[in-house]
Amino acid sequence: MDKLLVSPAPHLHSKENTRRIMRDVIIALMPSVLVSVYFAGLSALLVIVVSVAGCVLLEHLIVRYLMKKKTTVHDLSAVVTGLILAVNLPVSSPWWMVLIGCVAAIGIAKMTFGGLGHNLFNPALVGRVFLLISFPVQMTNWSLNNSIFRPDTWELPKGLLGAQGQLLDATSGATPLGIIKEGLANGLTMETLSQQHDFSYWQMLFGHIDGSLGEASALAVLLGFAYLLLRKVIKPLIPVAILVTVAVFSGILWLLDPTMNADPLFHLLTGGLLLGAVFMATDYTTSPMSPLGMLIYGMGIGVMTMIIRVWGSYPEGVSFAILFMNALTPLLNKIKPIPYRKEVSLG
Amino acid sequence: MSKTFSIGGIHPDDRKFSRDYPIENFPIPKRVFISMNQHLGMPAVPVVKKGDTVKVGQLIAEPAGFVSAPIHASVSGTVSDVAPYPDFLGKKVLTIVIDTAGDQWEEGIDRSPEIRHEITATPEEIFKKISGSGIVGLGGASFPTHVKLTPLEGMKPEYLILNGAECEPYLTADYRLMIEHGQEILTGGELMRRALGANVSGIIGIEENKPRAIALMRELTSKSLQWKVVPLRKRYPQGGEKQLIDALLGRRVASFALPISTGAIVQNVGTAFAVYEAVQKNKPLISKVLTVSSSDLSVQKNYRFRVGTPISDILSLAGALEKDGNLSPQFAKVVNGGPMMGKPVSNLEAPVMKSTSGLLLFTEKETKRKEPGECIRCAKCFEACPMRLQPYLLYQLALAGRTQELEEHRVFDCIECGCCLYTCPAHLPLLDQIRMARNASLKNKRKK
Amino acid sequence: MTSTLLYTIVSLSILGGLLAVILYLVAQKFKVQEDSRIDQVLEALPGANCGGCGFAGCRAFAEHYVNNPDSSDFICPVGGYETMKNIAHILGREAKEQAPKVAVLRCNGSCENLPRLNTYNGSLSCAVAADLYGGQTGCSYGCLGMGDCVKACQFDALVMDPHTCLPVVLEDKCTSCGACVKACPRNILEIRPKGPKNRRIFVACSNKDKGAFVRKICSVGCIGCQLCLKACPFEAITIADNLATIDPGKCRLCRKCAPVCPVGCITEINFPPKKQETGNE
Repeated sequence: MDKLLVSPAPHLHSKENTRRIMRDVIIALMPSVLVSVYFAGLSALLVIVVSVAGCVLLEHLIVRYLMKKKTTVHDLSAVVTGLILAVNLPVSSPWWMVLIGCVAAIGIAKMTFGGLGHNLFNPALVGRVFLLISFPVQMTNWSLNNSIFRPDTWELPKGLLGAQGQLLDATSGATPLGIIKEGLANGLTMETLSQQHDFSYWQMLFGHIDGSLGEASALAVLLGFAYLLLRKVIKPLIPVAILVTVAVFSGILWLLDPTMNADPLFHLLTGGLLLGAVFMATDYTTSPMSPLGMLIYGMGIGVMTMIIRVWGSYPEGVSFAILFMNALTPLLNKIKPIPYRKEVSLG
Repeated sequence: MSKTFSIGGIHPDDRKFSRDYPIENFPIPKRVFISMNQHLGMPAVPVVKKGDTVKVGQLIAEPAGFVSAPIHASVSGTVSDVAPYPDFLGKKVLTIVIDTAGDQWEEGIDRSPEIRHEITATPEEIFKKISGSGIVGLGGASFPTHVKLTPLEGMKPEYLILNGAECEPYLTADYRLMIEHGQEILTGGELMRRALGANVSGIIGIEENKPRAIALMRELTSKSLQWKVVPLRKRYPQGGEKQLIDALLGRRVASFALPISTGAIVQNVGTAFAVYEAVQKNKPLISKVLTVSSSDLSVQKNYRFRVGTPISDILSLAGALEKDGNLSPQFAKVVNGGPMMGKPVSNLEAPVMKSTSGLLLFTEKETKRKEPGECIRCAKCFEACPMRLQPYLLYQLALAGRTQELEEHRVFDCIECGCCLYTCPAHLPLLDQIRMARNASLKNKRKK
Repeated sequence: MTSTLLYTIVSLSILGGLLAVILYLVAQKFKVQEDSRIDQVLEALPGANCGGCGFAGCRAFAEHYVNNPDSSDFICPVGGYETMKNIAHILGREAKEQAPKVAVLRCNGSCENLPRLNTYNGSLSCAVAADLYGGQTGCSYGCLGMGDCVKACQFDALVMDPHTCLPVVLEDKCTSCGACVKACPRNILEIRPKGPKNRRIFVACSNKDKGAFVRKICSVGCIGCQLCLKACPFEAITIADNLATIDPGKCRLCRKCAPVCPVGCITEINFPPKKQETGNE
C-alpha cells in the first residue's frame, strides 16, 4: 500500500455476512430435503430442483435485465426461497406449477418490492399461497408414498391427471389435519377418527406423513432448528412463541372437549407448523426486530393458525397466519426499545 | 459466573499479542509537537512563545476555563514554533513545537524509582495537584480528571471504580501498567478515593483475560478494607463507563444522565498512575504508555513515550516503517487507539497525545471494508448495541437527515462503541452515519 | 326474488344517502377557511418543493407570501424573477428585480491539481468524511469529492466528473435552490448571480491557509498574493484570511484579474477565449 487507508472506527469486522447466513439456512433445510427425497423418491428431488433453479434464474433475469443492476443471486437468498417454496409443495406438483410458484415468490413478492431486505411478505409463502388458491386440487393432492425411491413416482403427468379430478383416490390420501377437519365436520368424533386412521406420533416425528415435502418429518425440521440456533442464525423466541401458543390454545380446546378436538401434540406435530415456525416465521426481513415484537408476532401466528385450523375452511393455516403477521411486522417494528431508566435511588 | 454488563456487546478476538513485552522507555525525540487540544473542552492557551527555553515539566499552556486542562513541556529545549499544525487526522490544531536540547527537568520533580505509599496530602491538596498537572482520562475520552472528581450538587459518590477492563483487542498498555506498577496504581486510586470522601469504596474491574493482573491486584488489595478487585467476563465494550458501572454494581446510567447519578465514578488505571505521579512525585502528565502492535507479530512493543512524540518516530523505532519513512508495504492502516474505537491516522508526522493508548497496524485484508449490501433486518446490530438503540433505524434516519426523529430515537445515547458496524452481515456503514448525525445534532444543540 | 332485489336496492340507497349527509355535515364542521389566493400563488410556483426559499415546500412559501404584506424578501430561487413577477401580479404587488443565479464550485482541487494523500474507506459521504478527518488531500478546505451535493440536487444539475473528481454544475439545469450549498460540509459551493450573458468570474478556491502551505499541497490554491487585488480597477476583490473573493456586485467582468493570478485559480466562465490565453485553462 502506498497510501494510508483511512476509515472511521471500528477497524475490525466480524466474519458474518449475508451469504453465510443464507448458507446456514440451506444447510439447516437439508435434513428435511433428504427425508422428503428418501420417502417420496425422485419426484421430490424434481420439485426441489425446479423450484430452486426457477427462483435463482428468475431473480438473475429480473435484476440483470429489468432492474439493470449487478446480479444478486450470489447472496444465495434466492436458493433459500426456492428451497422453502419446494418443501411447501406436494411431491406430485407438476413442474409448471412449481415455476408459477417461483414467479409469484420471486417476481411478485420479492423483486417488486426491491429485492432482498425490502419485501413485506415472505416470498416462498406468497408463492405457496398463490398456488394453493390457484390450483387447490394439485396443492392438496398428497401422494401416498410408502416405499423408498419408488421409480414409478417419476411420472410427470400424474399431477396433470389430478387436475381433471380423476384418479385422485388411487394415488393420494388426505393429511391428518384434513382427515380430522372433514371427519369432525361430518359429525365424527376424534375417537372414531383415530380408530379409522392410525395417527402415530412416532411416524409424524420420524417421517412418512402425507403432506408437502418438508412436512415429512418433524424430527428433520427440529434438527435444522437446532443447527440454526447453534450457528446463532435465529433466536428461539419466535418459534417457541408460536409453538407454545399453539400448544396452549389447542390444549384448552382439548380439555374442554376431547371428543371434538385433537390434542396439543397432534397439532404441534402435524401439518406445516414446525416447518413454518422454524424456517418461515423466522425470516429476517418479514419478522419483527425487537424481542417484544417477536413475542407478539409469534403469539399472533400461533393464534391465527389455530383459528384457521379449528374454525376456518382450510385444514391448515400456518401459511396464512404467517403472511397475516408479516403484514403487521412494520407496525411491530415501531415498538421502541426501553432505554436505560433510572433504576437506582440515591441516598 | 463472573460479572458483565447486561445489554448487548460482542466478542471480538482477544489478539493481545504484545502482552508479554515489558514497558520500554521511548527515547526522547528530537522535536515534539504538543497539541493544545488534548482534552475535552476548551483548548489550552499557550503561555510560552517562540524562542523561549523550557524544562521538562514546565507549564507551557494554561487551561481555558474549568472544563479544560493545563499542558506541560515533555522535553527540555527551545520553543521553535507556536502555530496550527495538522494533527493525526489532518485537522489543524494549535501546537507548540519544542526542539529538544538535553533532558533538563523542573525543580521539585521526584524522579527516583522508589515508590511512595504513604499519603500525606489533604483532599484539597490532592484535587489541586490533579487539576494543576493536566491529568485527563487516559482511557481514551480524555475528559479532564479534576472535573470528574468535582462533586455535583445532589450527587453523592459511593464508589470509585478503577477501569482495568481494557476490553479493546490488541491493547496491552493498561495490562502492562497494572503488572509493572500495580502498587502505584493502587496508591493513585487511593488518592482519588480520599479526594472524593472517606465513605467511598474502591473497586478495580479487570477482565478475566488478564489473570496475572487480577492476581497481582488482589494480592495488593488483600489487606485493604476499602478496595476490592472484581474479575469481569470478557466482553466488549466492558470498558465503557456505563457498561462498567452496570457490570460491577448492577446500576444503569439513565439516558442523558451522567454516570455519577448512579453514585459511581470511573477512572482508568492509567489515570490512577498519573495521579500517583502527580501527587506523590510532583510530576505532571508528560508521558504515557502505549501499545504498538500488529497481527502479523512483526511489531510488538509497549512504550512509555513523551507527549508530543511524532507518530513516525514511534513507528520507525518499532519497526513498522521502511528506511525512506514510508509505512512497511504489508500495512495499510495505522490506528490511534484500539481497533474498535480508535481513530485512523492520516498524517504520520503528527504527534501522539496524552490519551493515545495504542498505535495499531493493520493489513489491507484485515481492515478494508467490504462492499455494503442491503439491510436484511436481521437485527444483529440491535442485539449487539449496548445502549439498546436501533442502529439500523438510526442509520436510515441519518441517511435521510431526519434530525428530529434521530433525537426521538436517542441518537445522543450512542457511545460509538462500534458493535453495530462490527456485527453487520451486510457490511453497512451504520456507525459512520450515526456518528455523523449525532455530531451534527450536538453542534446544532450547542448553537442554540 | 324480485323482492330481494328491491330490498337490496332500497337499503343500499338509504345507506348511501345517509352516509352522504354525514359526510357533508362533517365536511362543513371541519371546513378550513383558507385564503383562495394561496392556491393561486401555489399554482404559479414551480412546485419542486425543494426548500430553497427557506420554507418547507411550495405551499408553506405561498402561505407566508400571502400572509405577509411585506413580501420583498421572498424569493423563489427556482422560479426566479419571472415567477415572482407572476405571483406579485396575483396579489397586486410589485416584485423586486432579481438577477438569475447559479451555483459555482469554489474549488479546483481535482485529482491532478490536489494530489490524494490517503485512501478513504468509510461510508461514501462527504459529511461523514468531514466529520472524521482532514480529508484525502492535504487541503482542509477543498472538495472531498464524494458527491453529497450531487445527492442533494433535485434537479440533476450536478454531476461528478470522474476525471477531476469534482462536481460539475450544469448551468441550464441549476435553479440556484441552494440545496447543494447546505449539503456541502466544506461550504465550497456558492450561489452567485449568473451574470450578463451568463458570464461570471470567481475565485475557484476556498483555502484560508497561508500561501506557503497552500503552495505545497495544491497547484491551483489561492495563496493570497494580492496581485489580483492590485489588478482590479473596480475594487471588486477583497482578500481575507489569505483568500481572495470577488464581489459579483462590483465586478464588471473586465478580465484583468485572471491573467495575473500566479496559480490560475480565478475562473472565467462563458467568455470567448482571449487571444493571449494565460490565466484560464
